[in-house]
Amino acid sequence: MNYRELLADDPFWLVLIKVELVFAFLMIMALFMIWFERRVVGRMQHRPGPNRAGPFGLLQSLADGLKLAFKEDIRPVLADKWVYLLAPVISAVPAFAAFSVVPMGGPVTIFGERTLLQVTDLSVGVLVVLAASSIGIYGVVLAGWSSGSPYPLLGGMRSAAQMISYEIALGLSVVGVILYAGSLSTLDIVVAQGQQGWFVFLLFPSFAVFCVSMVGETNRAPFDLPEAESELVGGFHTEYSSLKFALFFLAEYVNIVTVSAMATTLFLGGWQAPWPLSQVEMFNTGWWTFLWFMGKTVVVLFVFVWLRGTLPRMRYDQFMSLGWKVLVPASLVWIVLVSGVRALRNADVTTTQILVVGGILLGVLVLLAVLLPERPVPEDDDSVATAGSDYPLPPLDLTVPPVPRRAVVRDATTDGLRPQPAQVTAGSPDEREEERSDGTS
Amino acid sequence: MSALGALLTQAPAVPAGSMSTGEAVAFWILGPVALAGGLGMVIARNAVHSALWLVLTMLCLGALYMAQQAPFLGFVQIIVYTGAVMMLFLFVLMLVGRESSDSVIEVLRGQRIVGIGLGLGFAVLVVAALGRALTEVAPAGVAAQNAAPGGNPGSIGRALYTDYLFAFELTAVLLIVATVGAMVLGYSERARSRPTQRGLVEARIRGEQGRPSPLPGPGVFATANSVATPALLPDGSVAPESLSEIIESTRRDTIDSDMGGVAGPEADLGARALRGPEPPAGSDQEAGR
Repeated sequence: MNYRELLADDPFWLVLIKVELVFAFLMIMALFMIWFERRVVGRMQHRPGPNRAGPFGLLQSLADGLKLAFKEDIRPVLADKWVYLLAPVISAVPAFAAFSVVPMGGPVTIFGERTLLQVTDLSVGVLVVLAASSIGIYGVVLAGWSSGSPYPLLGGMRSAAQMISYEIALGLSVVGVILYAGSLSTLDIVVAQGQQGWFVFLLFPSFAVFCVSMVGETNRAPFDLPEAESELVGGFHTEYSSLKFALFFLAEYVNIVTVSAMATTLFLGGWQAPWPLSQVEMFNTGWWTFLWFMGKTVVVLFVFVWLRGTLPRMRYDQFMSLGWKVLVPASLVWIVLVSGVRALRNADVTTTQILVVGGILLGVLVLLAVLLPERPVPEDDDSVATAGSDYPLPPLDLTVPPVPRRAVVRDATTDGLRPQPAQVTAGSPDEREEERSDGTS
Repeated sequence: MSALGALLTQAPAVPAGSMSTGEAVAFWILGPVALAGGLGMVIARNAVHSALWLVLTMLCLGALYMAQQAPFLGFVQIIVYTGAVMMLFLFVLMLVGRESSDSVIEVLRGQRIVGIGLGLGFAVLVVAALGRALTEVAPAGVAAQNAAPGGNPGSIGRALYTDYLFAFELTAVLLIVATVGAMVLGYSERARSRPTQRGLVEARIRGEQGRPSPLPGPGVFATANSVATPALLPDGSVAPESLSEIIESTRRDTIDSDMGGVAGPEADLGARALRGPEPPAGSDQEAGR
C-alpha cells in the first residue's frame, strides 16, 4: 500500500480529528512563536524578555491573547461596515487552510488506523499554498481600504503590492523543486527528497530565492514595510482593535508557521530524518518523523526571529526592485538551467558529460571576459567628482591641514597666559590697546 | 477550501455522465452562491463591493472545477483570477477612491435598449448551448486523465506541450507583446535620460529656461505680507514675476480684490499704492519722500 492510498482510505472521523489537530497545532504554534520571538529577540538584545507569566514566561502570549479579546471593539465612523468585519476573517481563514496539505509526518497508527500525519494530499498541493496566500492578500487590502483612513489605505496598498510581487518570486522558486520531484504534490516532494537528497543542496539558488521571498510574503522584518510603524503607524490594521486585531495577529503568525513548514517540506526533506540518522531505518518511521518535521520548522522559525533581531527595515523602492530586478530574473535563469539539465538527463547524457561540457563552456566564457577590452575611462580631468545624486564630493584623499600652533605671547600688561594671535593685523593700535585693557578688567 | 477540494477530488470515481452525491451537494451549495455573487456584482452600488461579489463567484467556480475532478484548473482559477486579476481591479478601484460611485446618467443614447437586446441574445445562446450539452453531448469525464502518471496537472501539461503547443506558444507571444507594449507606453516618459543637476545648471545659464535665477518672492511690507502682494522693483514698479501663477490662476478673484484694496483706485501699482487710497495732499507721504 503506497502512501497515497494510505491517506485516501482514511475514515471520516480520522479526517475530522486531523483537521481539529492541525487547527490546534497552528493555534499553539502561533502562541509559541510569539513567546519564542520575544524571548529570542530579548536574548539578542541582552534583556530577559517576558519571564513573569508561567515558567520562562511561557504563558505570556496566552495572557496577551486574553487581554486582546477583552479589549473594546472599535469601528471607525468612516469604515465600510461589512468589509471591515470581513477583512480579518478573510485574512485568517486561508492561513489555516494552507496547512492542510503540509505533510507533518510519515505513516503512523492513530486509534488502530494506519495513516499519514497530513490532512490531505492533492495532486496540486503546492498550488494550494499559493492560492491560500493569494486569498490572504484580500484580507490585508480590504482591511486597508475599509478602515476609511489614509494610513491603513497606504499600508494596505503597500502590502498588497509587496505580497503580489513576492508571490511571483515564491512561485518561481518552487518550479525547480517541482521539476526534480516530478510532481506538485507535497507528499511526493518529501518522498522524492528521501531518494534524491534534500533539495536545499541540489537546488540551493531556489532555496535562497524561496527564503527571501517567504520573508517578503509574510510581511516580516526586514520587509515589514506595510506595518512600518515609523511611517504608517500600524499599516493596514491601524484602525483595528480587540478580536479583529487578534485575528490579523494570528493570521500573520500562522502564515509564518506555514511558510516555514513549506520551506521544510520543499527543501529540507520534510519529515525525513537528517543525514547521519537517516541511515537508521527506525528514525524514518512512526512518530520520529513528526519530531524531524518540527525540529526543522522551528529552525526556520528561529531564522525568522534572527532576521528580525538583526536587520534594519528596507526602503520600499529598494525592496520592490530587489523582488522584480533580482529575485524574479534570477529564478527565471535558474529555471532555464534546471530544465536544461533535466532535459539532458532525460536524453541519457551523464552527469560527467554535463559537467565536462559545462566546465568547458564556463572556461570559454571566462576567457572571453578576460579578452574583452576594458571600457575606456573618459578623460575629463577638470570634472568634479560627484556622488550618485550629482552633488560634488570632497576629494577622497582630503587631509585636514595641521592646526597652526598658537604662539603664547607674554605681555607686560597682562601677566596671565592669555593666548594671542601670532600676528595681529586687524584694527588700529588704539583698538588693540582697548581690547587688551578689556581683557584684563 | 483545500480540505473541500480534497474531499471532492478523492470522491470515488463514478461512471461518466452521472453525478456522485458529494458533487451534487457541492453543486447545490456552490451554484446558488455563485449566482448570488453575480447578482450582487450587478446590484451593488459601491464599485469595491461589486468587485468582492465577483470574487465570490470566481471562488465558487474554482471550487466547482475541483468538484468536477479538475483540481489544477480549480486552483489556477483561484490563483490567477481571484488572486491576480481581481486584485488588480481592486487596486484600480481603490486608487479611484472609495466615495466615487457610478453615475446613473446615460451618456450613450439608447445603450439601455441595446444592452437589453444583447443580454437577451446572449441568454438565448447560453440556454441553447446548455440544452444541447444536457441532451446530446456524452460527457467524457476526466477520470482516465487523472489516473495517468503525473495525475491531473501532468495530463494537462502533456496536452499543452504536445497537441496544443502551437496555440500555447501563440498565446505566450501575445502575452509577451502585450506586456512589452504596456511597458513601452508606461515608461516611455521615464526612459528618456533624466537631466542631471549639472545639465540643468548649464541649460539655465545658457538661457534655455527663461531666466537663470529663481523667481522673486512676494513683497513683504509693513502693510501686507500676503503671497498675493507683488514685490517691487528698485524703481518702485511692480515685479510681475513675483506673483505666483498658481495663485493667480486659482484665486484670481480674491487676489484682485486684495490687490484692489492694496493698490487703491489707480490702475498702476506703484510703491505708494501699497499705502492704500491716495491720502489728501500734503500728508506725510510727500514728506516721506
